[in-house]
Amino acid sequence: MIEDNSLFGPVDAAPNAGDVAPPARVGFFTDTSVCIGCKACEVACKEWNGIPEDGINLLGSSYDNTGALGASTWRHVAFIEQTRPRPDDGHEQVRWLMSSDVCKHCTHAACLDVCPTGALFRTEFGTVVVQDDVCNGCGYCIPACPFGVIDQRKGPAGDRNVGLAQKCTLCYDRLLDDATPACATACPTESIQFGELDELRVRAARRLEALQNAGRSEARLYGEDPNDGVGGSGSMFLLLDEPEVYGLPPDPVVTTRDVMAMWRRAALAGGALVAGAVICFLGGQP
Amino acid sequence: MGTSFGRGGATSFLQDLANADCIVIQGSNMAECHPVGFQWVMEAKARGARVIHVDPRFTRTSALADAHVPLRAGSDIAFLGGIVNYVLGNGLEFREYVERYTNASYLVGADFGDTEDLDGLFSGFDPQARGYDPTTWQYEAQTPSVGDRSPVTDPTLTHPRCVFQILKRHFARYTPEMVQEVCGTPKELFLEVARAWTENSTRDRTTCLVYSVGWTHHSVGVQYIRTGAILQLLLGNMGRPGGGILALRGHASIQGSTDIPTLYNLLPGYLPMPQVGVHDELADYLGAIAGEGQKGYWPHADAYTVSLLRAWWGEAATADNDWAYGYLPKISGDHSTYQQVLDMIDGKILGYFLVGENPAVGSAHGKLQRLGMANLEWLVVRDFSLIESATFWRDGPEIATGELRTADIGTEVFFFPAAAHTEKEGTFTNTQRLVQWHHKAVEPAGDQRSDLHFYFHLGRILRERLRASTDPRDRPLLDLTWDYPTSGPTAEPSAEAVLAEINGVDRVTGRPLSSFTEMKVDGSTAGGCWIYTGIFADGINQAARRKPGQEQSWVAPEWGWAWPANRRTLYNRASADPDGRPWSERKAYVWWDAEQGRWTGHDVPDCVATTPPGYRPTPEARAEHRLAGDDPFIMQADGKGWLYAAKGLLDGPLPTHYEPAESPFRNPLYSQQASPARQIMARQENLSNPSPPEPHSEVFPYVFTTYRLTEHHTAGAMSRYLPYLAELQPEMFCEVSPALARERGLQHGGWATIATARTAIEARVLVTDRMASLTVQGKALHQVGLPYHWGQGGGLCTGDSANDLLGLTLDPNVHIQESKASSCDIRPGRRPTGPALLRYVEDYRSRAGITTATGTSAVTPPERAAP
Repeated sequence: MIEDNSLFGPVDAAPNAGDVAPPARVGFFTDTSVCIGCKACEVACKEWNGIPEDGINLLGSSYDNTGALGASTWRHVAFIEQTRPRPDDGHEQVRWLMSSDVCKHCTHAACLDVCPTGALFRTEFGTVVVQDDVCNGCGYCIPACPFGVIDQRKGPAGDRNVGLAQKCTLCYDRLLDDATPACATACPTESIQFGELDELRVRAARRLEALQNAGRSEARLYGEDPNDGVGGSGSMFLLLDEPEVYGLPPDPVVTTRDVMAMWRRAALAGGALVAGAVICFLGGQP
Repeated sequence: MGTSFGRGGATSFLQDLANADCIVIQGSNMAECHPVGFQWVMEAKARGARVIHVDPRFTRTSALADAHVPLRAGSDIAFLGGIVNYVLGNGLEFREYVERYTNASYLVGADFGDTEDLDGLFSGFDPQARGYDPTTWQYEAQTPSVGDRSPVTDPTLTHPRCVFQILKRHFARYTPEMVQEVCGTPKELFLEVARAWTENSTRDRTTCLVYSVGWTHHSVGVQYIRTGAILQLLLGNMGRPGGGILALRGHASIQGSTDIPTLYNLLPGYLPMPQVGVHDELADYLGAIAGEGQKGYWPHADAYTVSLLRAWWGEAATADNDWAYGYLPKISGDHSTYQQVLDMIDGKILGYFLVGENPAVGSAHGKLQRLGMANLEWLVVRDFSLIESATFWRDGPEIATGELRTADIGTEVFFFPAAAHTEKEGTFTNTQRLVQWHHKAVEPAGDQRSDLHFYFHLGRILRERLRASTDPRDRPLLDLTWDYPTSGPTAEPSAEAVLAEINGVDRVTGRPLSSFTEMKVDGSTAGGCWIYTGIFADGINQAARRKPGQEQSWVAPEWGWAWPANRRTLYNRASADPDGRPWSERKAYVWWDAEQGRWTGHDVPDCVATTPPGYRPTPEARAEHRLAGDDPFIMQADGKGWLYAAKGLLDGPLPTHYEPAESPFRNPLYSQQASPARQIMARQENLSNPSPPEPHSEVFPYVFTTYRLTEHHTAGAMSRYLPYLAELQPEMFCEVSPALARERGLQHGGWATIATARTAIEARVLVTDRMASLTVQGKALHQVGLPYHWGQGGGLCTGDSANDLLGLTLDPNVHIQESKASSCDIRPGRRPTGPALLRYVEDYRSRAGITTATGTSAVTPPERAAP
C-alpha cells in the first residue's frame, strides 16, 4: 500500500489513503488581500463546532486577542501593523495586514501519520479530521504538525473534549450535507473561499496575476504547490508579505518525510549489525 | 440629506457601490461597522474603482482602501470645503447638471450677510436667543405684480448674488494650505483626494460618498452632511448609478425607527409632530407642512395625515372631529433624549421605558444618564440581560464614588427579558431603505417576549383598566384601533397585521392600497405610514420577497421592498440629462421612452412616470403636476437640489468650519470659535472643557474620538455577554501614537487615565502607528482613540465607559451630541477609585478654571491682548 509519494511529494490524498472513487478533494483559498479582519470566521467556526471560549485576555497584539490556532481556536485572524516608506515619494505609510489562518489539511499530514490510535484520519474529501471518540489524548500529533495547528484542549476535566487533540475539521459534518464550511459561509468579502482544490488553484493563480498586474508585486501564493514540503496544502493563501510575517513557516516540511529513509537506514544499520554479528560468529569458527 | 435633497435617507443602495468609479468614505469606518455591506466596496475595487478613506484613525477600512487620508477629528467641513473650492476654483463642476437640477441660479436677497463678511456669523443672529432669524437668507422674490412666487434666477450663474457665486465666495478661503492648517492633512494628500473625486465625476464616471456617525455626532453634524451634499450636487453624482450619498445607519433597523419614528418631533412618514399653540387645528398643521404653490408630493400631506388618523382611530375619526386630530399628542418644546435626561434630574419625568437601549453606557455623558434614571419613580428595561442601565443603582460608578447610595435611590426597576430577532417575526428596514421580513425561527425561551407582544398587551391591559372611564383624556386610548389578531400560547400579536395596517387599506372595498397616490382626504382610506404604502400591495407581504439575485436584474427589485414605491435609487430622474437621455451609455439608469410616453429603465423612476422631460407646468398646476420635466428632486418645494438652504436649518444656509465645542485649537478662519447656534446645556452636572480663546485650554491638550469595533455592538448588551465576542475584544483600551506615548510616558499594554471636565476613566494602552500625529497650526496634534463598548456592571468583560468622558453639546437641528471630537488629557497609570476620583477630577476643574459658564458663549468674545 505504501508508495513512493505516500509520505512526500505530489499525490492525490484520498485515493492514496485507500478511498475508492472519492469525491473531488476540497479545501480553502484564503485571499488575505480582501480580508477586513472582522473575525466572523472565528465566531462562525466556534458557533458551528461548539468550541469553548479561549481566554478573555487583552494580548496587546494589534486587534488580535486570540493569539494563535489551538485546540479551541480553529480559525485565527492575524493582524500585522507595518510602517514603511512609500516607494514613490518615501512618505511613511502604514499597512495593516489581516489574514485568517486555519489547518492546512496537508496532502502529507504528519499528525495523521503519527497518530497511534487512528483517531486522525483522511476523509473522502481529502481532509484530515480527528475522531473525538477514538483519540486517547497521547499528544503525538502536536509536535508532528509543522504549522503548530493541532493542540490538546485544556480545561476542567469533564468539559467537552478536554484532553483530546482538536483542530479544524473543514466542517466535515457540513461537507457530508453538501454545505459550505461555516467560516467560508460567514466571510463577507469572500476572503475565505471554499471549493474543489483544483479549481481553487486556478482561482488563486488568476487572483495573483491580477494583483501583480496592478503593481502589487509583493503578492504571493502560499501552500498551493504540490511539490512543497507537505505535498501542497488543502488550505492555500494569497499573502502580501513573507509567510513569516503572518506567523507561517516559510518552507514547511512534513515531519514524517524521512520516516521511510529512517526506517531504511535503521534496517540497514540493524542488518549491518546482524550481518556483523553473523560474520563474527561465522568468522569466529575455527 | 432631507434639506438638500428632500428625503432623509441614503440615496442609493449598497449593491450599487459596485458601479462606482471612486468611493470616498469619510466619517465612517465602514469595514468595521458595516462589514457585510463593505463587500460591495470590495466588489467596486475589484472592478477598478479607487477607494479613499478620510479619517482621523487608520482603521480596518483604511487597510483595504487605496489611500488613507488622515485629518483632525472635527475638521471635516474644512476638508470638504477645500474640495468645493477646488471644484469651483477650477471650473470642474458638472455644469449642465448644476444649471438645471440645482438652485445654483437662484438670487439671494440683498440683505444676506455671509460668514465671510461677518467674521463667522451669518446675518440674522440673535445672541440672546442663541439662534438665527432666517429672514435675510431668503431668495429674491419676483416683484409681486408678476404674480409668480418663484425666485428670480440667473441661468448664466454670473450674478454676484446667485447661489453659485455666493458659494464660490464662501469657500474661496478653503485653499489646500488652509485645509492643511485646519485639518493637519498634508496638502499633497488632500489634492490627491480632490483630483480623484473630480476626475471620477463626469458624464461617464461617478463617485459615491459614504458617511456614518463620524459625521452626525458633532455640534455641526448636519452641516457636515450638507457639505457632502453640496459637493455631490456640484459634481453631478446624485441620482446616478455608482453615485449618491450612502448614509450608513448604525443598527439593523435605525432607518426604520426614523421612518416610523421613535423621534419625539416626527409622526410616521416624516410628517411633523404638531406643536401646542401653533398647530391646534388640523388646518394649521396642514398649512405648515406645504406652502401655497409648493411642488411635489407634500401638498398631499392632508391625505397622508387623514389616512394616518383613520388607521389609528378608525370609526372614531370622522370628518366632524377633524379625523380625531385633537387626539394627537402635541409637543411643547425640546423633548429629545438629552433634554429628557435633564428633565429626569429635575424631577419632571417620572417613568421611562428602555427598549434595547443602554444609556448608562451607550449615551453621551453616562453620569447624567445614571443620575437621571436614579431620580425616576419607575424604569422599565427590556433587554437580553441585566445591562448597566438596569443595575446602575447597585454597581454604577456613582455608587463607587459615593455620589449615589443604593438606599437613597427610589427608582423601581422592572426588567423584562426580550425575545431576539430569531424568536419573533417582523421587519428590518436597513440602511438603504430596504424593508426585509424575517420569520420566527424558534419560540422565545422562558419569559422572553417580543416588543410587539409587550406593547400590544400593555395597551390592552391599560384599555381594560380604563374601560369605564368617562374622563375625556382617556378617549384617545379607548378609541384606538387595537384589534390585532393574536395566536399561540403567549397570545403573540400578528406582526403581519401591523404591516398591513401600515400599508393602508381602502376602507370601502377592504383592498390593500398599492401606492400612496391612492390615499384620500375624505377618510375613505387608512394607512399607518404613507411612504410604506405598497409594502402590502395586492395583500402580499412584499417585504418577504426573496427572489435570488441571479434570477433578476442587478437592481434586484424583487428582493424585499424599498420605500418609496420600491425605488432603489432616489432622484434617479437626474441619471438622465434634461432631455431624458442617459448622461452616458455607461451610466444609463432611467430614461424617457418617447414611444411609450413614459420613463423607463433599471429602477422605478423617481418622478411622475408619464411627465415628459420637456414638460412645463401651467400656473394652475398643483403638487406633483407643478414639477417640471427637469425637476429631479420631487420632494423639494422647488424640485431642485439645494446648494444653498434658505430654510430648514437653524445654524446657517451654508456649511462653514467651526471648531468643535471643546477644542485645543483656535478657529483659523474666523474670530467665531464654535458654532454660535450649537445647543448648550449649561449646568453643574454638565461642565465643559475650556477652548481658546478662553484661558487654560492647555489643561486638555489632546483630541479624543469615540467609536465602535467590529467585535462589539454599541453599549455591549449584545456582545459583552457572549463569550465568543467578549474574547475577541476583551478589555477597554485607548489607541495612541508613539509620539504621544513618548510625550506622556505611556507604555504599550500598560494603563492610562483619560480626563475631561466630567470625569476620568482608565484604559489599557495600545501604542500604534495607526494613530498618526498631525501638525495643526504649527503644533503637533495627538489624538486619542476610545472605543465605547464597555461599562461597569454586567457582562463577561467590563471596563470604564468612554461615554462618561463626554459632555452634552448638541447640534441644534437634530439634538445629536458631539461625541466624535472633544479635548482631554491623558496620563500614565490607573485612575483613582472611590471618592478620590472626584478629587482627581476636581483638581482638573480648578486648574482649568472651569465654571458653568465655561464653553457656553454663543458669539466668541473679542480676545484680550496679552498682559
